[in-house]
Amino acid sequence: MAAAARGCAGVWRRACQRGAGGPAPRGQRDVSCNARSGAVPAGKSGLAPWVPVVGLEIHAQISSNSKLFSGSQVQFAAPPNSLVSFFDASLPGTLPVLNRRCVEAAVMTGLALNCSINKKSLFDRKHYFYADLPAGYQITQQRVPIAVNGSLSYSLCIDNKMSQMVNKTVRIKQIQLEQDSGKSLHDDTRSQTLVDLNRAGVGLMEVVMEPDMCCGEEAAAAVRELQLILQTLGSSQAVMAEGQLRVDANVSVHHPGEPYGVRTEVKNINSIRFLAKAVDYEIQRQIEELENGGTILNETRAFDSKLGCTVPMRDKEGKQDYRFMPEPNLPPLILYDAKSLPANINHQQVVNIDWIHERLPDLPSVKRAKLVERYGILPEHSFTLLNEDGLTEFFENVVKQTQMKPKKVIGWILNDLLSYLKQHSLTVKESPVSSCLLADLLNLLEKKEISSTAAKQINYCPLDKYIR
Amino acid sequence: MRALRFGMWMRIRLARALLTGPTRDPAPVRQQPPPQKVSVEVLDHLEHLALVDFRDAEGVERLQKAIQFADQLHEVNTDGVEPMDSVLEDRCLYLREDDVTEGNCTKELLKNAREKVEEYFVAPPGNIPLPKLEERETFLQGS
Repeated sequence: MAAAARGCAGVWRRACQRGAGGPAPRGQRDVSCNARSGAVPAGKSGLAPWVPVVGLEIHAQISSNSKLFSGSQVQFAAPPNSLVSFFDASLPGTLPVLNRRCVEAAVMTGLALNCSINKKSLFDRKHYFYADLPAGYQITQQRVPIAVNGSLSYSLCIDNKMSQMVNKTVRIKQIQLEQDSGKSLHDDTRSQTLVDLNRAGVGLMEVVMEPDMCCGEEAAAAVRELQLILQTLGSSQAVMAEGQLRVDANVSVHHPGEPYGVRTEVKNINSIRFLAKAVDYEIQRQIEELENGGTILNETRAFDSKLGCTVPMRDKEGKQDYRFMPEPNLPPLILYDAKSLPANINHQQVVNIDWIHERLPDLPSVKRAKLVERYGILPEHSFTLLNEDGLTEFFENVVKQTQMKPKKVIGWILNDLLSYLKQHSLTVKESPVSSCLLADLLNLLEKKEISSTAAKQINYCPLDKYIR
Repeated sequence: MRALRFGMWMRIRLARALLTGPTRDPAPVRQQPPPQKVSVEVLDHLEHLALVDFRDAEGVERLQKAIQFADQLHEVNTDGVEPMDSVLEDRCLYLREDDVTEGNCTKELLKNAREKVEEYFVAPPGNIPLPKLEERETFLQGS
């Protein structure tokens, strides 16, 4: 069995050979993608090497009480069509009214991603027909979005032991505000679609990344970091399982020195793990197709998580013509900073970029650096701490209550506690061992009143008893 | 006496300025780009995208005339001029507070729905694309 993709240093192999079955591409191709230079490869079997190119379009649902252009509530899992206003249902005579909170969320996110905030941005209509888009168009920002030209830094571990981390950056092309569509439930037995407009009109931030990535692992790491940033800012809860963070991947391959190949868009990716799989599968599929003399169609494909492969999506006929036009009902969105702030203005009507900038919380990268500096732990440890919801807090609580040095405590947290929680699919919040308990245990260990093995046993037993 | 004459003189000047001002007739045809006939492919594409039905030669002719009329804009020198796409561009975009003020009118919304299933709207299983040009009844076929 080929090893699963290890990220981009060394040889890149097919990721979904395990248990994928029929649709998985056969044979094995070696492509390597150097984590540092981003390209290159060593082709085996005399075939020219391939450079995969991956770009992401991410839609993050804005965390707000009401929708982008109407006063309906934003809530997951409510009775169908109960959170829908006349505007959301696109009844004639209704008009959009922009929600200030959504603008602030987009500005915060733009600042956190090092973007230039456009002091004047515009709204447009993007037209297409679908049952869950009652107006027949989506209000978006195609011409002049609210934020442009940013960057996102993330880290990858090169080998499986997390001992070597590499920093990478992906450029952010733009961030735009747009409306979400409703939800379609397909009832194939009765050949109909049921439409729930609760989600129609909810505010989204679309984050468009430049195609700077080259494999599934990079894409996954970038999205994970973005997710952490959004959650830290509070601009989006970014829970992929609840559809608050949706990722579409644009994938193509080409030979070094040649122009970019035809790209396909992969949709329906429901988790970060599946994102890595989907991207790697699609890269492999395209390479095989091209090496067998075929061509790549500029199409949209869906990721089938059960089969671990991408399949063409049925409802997309050819290239869409969205007929973008300026949204006639909305004047330009003007943002201010300390310098341009007009003197006698109603503060409720003003979004001040500098005011927001001053109040940005510590971003994950800053938090990690502080943890490393304060506790003397390794950078890789700080990544794991931030990666698990509540783990940093747990660790800091234990450190507070124990005489054991943080450098030793971290070992217990990451090796013993975390692996136990993972084994039993528990979150940190659900841990039967509280930080106090663990602190007590570690104190006993420090005082040499118990041995290390005994500590491990005690650590595990109460957990076991609690579970069973 | 003089004031009265001055007033009349002003009114006459104004009237003359208005009468000899820019006319409302369309610009001479030779200054515009030559009118291009809209191809059947484009008309078919428009029918797909917007679900309009040009129905007959008159409908298409009306479109041609509209394009011709708009082409007059090409005569204006717009070098260095920011395009205006809305007369609202100087207005202030009103920002609403993030409060829940609407919704909870499921019954009312579903009142107009032809079909519903337990508070869901019912739609066909997917988009039903307009049949291809050869397969549908449209006068465009003859063109």
